[in-house]
Amino acid sequence: MIEFSHIEKSFFGVKVLKDVSFAVKPGQTVGIVGENGAGKSTLMNILGGNLRADTGAMRLNGQLYAPDSPREAERAGISSIHQELNLFLNLSIAENIFIRGFPRSRPWLPFVNRREIRERTRGLLREVNLTHSPDTLIERLSAGERQLVEIAKALALDARLIILDEPTTSLTARETERLFAIMARLRERGLSMIYISHTLGHVLKLCDEIVVLRDGAVVANEPTPQFRMDRLVSLMVGREISQLFPPRTARPTEQIVLDVRGVSQPGFVRDIAFQLHRGEILGVSGLMGAGRSELARILFGLDSCATGDIRLDGESIGHLPPGERIQRGLAFLTEDRRAEGLCLEASIADNVTLVAQRQLARGPLGWVDRSKTGVEVRRMREAVQLTPTARDEQPVKTLSGGNQQKVVLAKWLLHEPKVFILDEPTRGIDVGAKYEVYRLIHALAARGAGVLLISSEVEELLGVCDRIMVMGGGGIRETIELREFDRERILRAALHDGVVA
Amino acid sequence: MRTVANSHLGLRLLNQASLILFAVVLVVFGMLSPAFFQPANAVNILIQSSSTGILAVGMTFVLLTAGVDLSVGAIMFVSAAVGGKLILGGWPFGAVLVVMLGIGVVFGALNALFITRLAIMAFIVTLATRYFGRGLGLRITETRAMNLPESFYELGAARLLGVPVPVLIFAAAVLLAHLTLTRTPLGRQVYAVGADLEAAHKAGINTGAVLFSVYVICGLCAAAAGIVALSQAPAVSPGFGNNREFMAIAAAVLGGTSLFGGRGAVFPGTVLGAVLIQTIENGLNILNVNPYLYPLITSGVIFAAVLLDAVRSRVLARANRRRIFVETDNA
Repeated sequence: MIEFSHIEKSFFGVKVLKDVSFAVKPGQTVGIVGENGAGKSTLMNILGGNLRADTGAMRLNGQLYAPDSPREAERAGISSIHQELNLFLNLSIAENIFIRGFPRSRPWLPFVNRREIRERTRGLLREVNLTHSPDTLIERLSAGERQLVEIAKALALDARLIILDEPTTSLTARETERLFAIMARLRERGLSMIYISHTLGHVLKLCDEIVVLRDGAVVANEPTPQFRMDRLVSLMVGREISQLFPPRTARPTEQIVLDVRGVSQPGFVRDIAFQLHRGEILGVSGLMGAGRSELARILFGLDSCATGDIRLDGESIGHLPPGERIQRGLAFLTEDRRAEGLCLEASIADNVTLVAQRQLARGPLGWVDRSKTGVEVRRMREAVQLTPTARDEQPVKTLSGGNQQKVVLAKWLLHEPKVFILDEPTRGIDVGAKYEVYRLIHALAARGAGVLLISSEVEELLGVCDRIMVMGGGGIRETIELREFDRERILRAALHDGVVA
Repeated sequence: MRTVANSHLGLRLLNQASLILFAVVLVVFGMLSPAFFQPANAVNILIQSSSTGILAVGMTFVLLTAGVDLSVGAIMFVSAAVGGKLILGGWPFGAVLVVMLGIGVVFGALNALFITRLAIMAFIVTLATRYFGRGLGLRITETRAMNLPESFYELGAARLLGVPVPVLIFAAAVLLAHLTLTRTPLGRQVYAVGADLEAAHKAGINTGAVLFSVYVICGLCAAAAGIVALSQAPAVSPGFGNNREFMAIAAAVLGGTSLFGGRGAVFPGTVLGAVLIQTIENGLNILNVNPYLYPLITSGVIFAAVLLDAVRSRVLARANRRRIFVETDNA
């Protein structure tokens, strides 16, 4: 059906796919597993026409295949169903399926042939076992039903290969069963599928063959019966440590600075309870959609929680808005620094002093003290070792990713937080800048702050933290002490198949 | 079956808010004044609301794509000013109407060009064309009021099968717009673009063409609204059409069209909104309320409309947020 041969791809000089070769035969379901960043998405983006490979080739039924756009891939019979569904909530099922090319009732009239799309949709819905009327709006459907509509959409396009990327993350157990039943039926009809999931139990159950990716290379590609859960995990792990971490000088204290008690929010996190000590760096590991960022948002007050209590230095802050929590010493470096962490058009100085604005104000009118601001900005720039070539007035958007992140750090450091929540602080920045970030985290902890470090890179957590919490399905699955640090144990806890299946 | 949006009773009430508001207004005015419920008054309200109504129909298209068109009042003005000049210059009535509608299309296309080709925010582009249009109109009319001959007035007074022509034009605009939005590929794509521009692009919809169409339709409707307004008061004053864009937006939003795009309808939504605004004004008129209070009351109505929209959007966003796990059979 489709054959990958010697696919390579680099981003900014970093190889993310190395000599990837494997094939999917007609009617076969192939599972692809690997850690976050192993290259699964990149490979699927190449197959789906979003990216082009640097070298190597794909063959579709023997023909050379190199799609330039998702549409071209679809025309060739390849449909992708992503984690984030591509449906219009305000339109009906039938309209979503035919939105790109409505059949007309009469060639000379601009009207949609509603009877035809209804009829054809009804047929497609029958194939995916949905009993809804084609006129039902998507927003009336549950997550699982929406997923099935996406599959119906792929069938409408006459797809012969369907890529399913983590299709079960927001489904209930029953909905998952239903999805699998339909996948089995499609396979009987000769459809090929590529199934990507962190839920290894599902992969073992559904797939004929499994491809294991590690650091962009295929480390195993065998029929499913050759694999056991243990072997899969061992294959996925086992990477050399290539990163350097600064030495740790200070040790955490016994004093509790942040006390989280039974925090739950239906649909997002459940029963979160942990204590963060002064001077401690607590890592939060987990797969995508484990609830890590959601927890961070709740702790910082951006989202509310239904039950539970959050205490900062013994004082309950669970009901306070983010601004008040900042005043009390909380800081939050968000996952998406461009959209949420910085004012890109504003200057370095403005960004650095944004949070501490009030401390820098002076006099009865509260005017910003400019000389004091200048001094503080200079002090912070030195602390984070921001590139000396940039002027204070320069807009932040002109800086590199690493320097942008340093500006965000400087902003919060100036405020001298008691608890600093960092969500993926080293994402998309180079190795040198990463080292600087780690150094700053250490310095912060040495000064007595508690640090909550959320990261998808297990190496990073192992190298920087005092303790690691593993999250999954919105809850804490395991907490691992420094002396017990073990990659495999973390990954196993994160995958934790038993609960989900 | 577990449904997300449906489970909110509050949301259902919010969706019917314009209808509820309308009923309240009718009851209040009906109780305060018996003259309010006269059939002649009902016809009157319909005639008076037709111009704003047509304007709001065009505005609905733009709002559905999460855009806005602040230039419609100015388009009314330019098109009426040119039309007035031409008819005073002896042009045949029919030809003048065609030219007036053409001006609306040209203005709409101008807006669309800036918005789609240069990717400038609709708010800024149409604010600029608004000032441009008002300036141009003042230049054409030499800032004097221009009284027009009988032909416009005759159009306004004419009846077809007993229905006043302005109301007929309004009805025709509503029918066409309703069919376009609900039945044609363009209409359905307007909703898709408004719901999620990025997703629409990914789905292979020509989003530029869709956006272009809505601004042209809006410009055309503005010109038609100008014609209807002239048929009721055949004079082009320097303030002609001024600030009408806000009434149009208010009418559409009152009728349930969201400023955030993707939600709303011309029928019954926008029609109801337009008639509601006119009904309030008419009722205040009958009750002899101090005319200086009208703006205050109108502002209250607009505020209520926008508030409803914001609340509705918040409820929807919360209902549709992606969840990590489902409580019911997983816990």
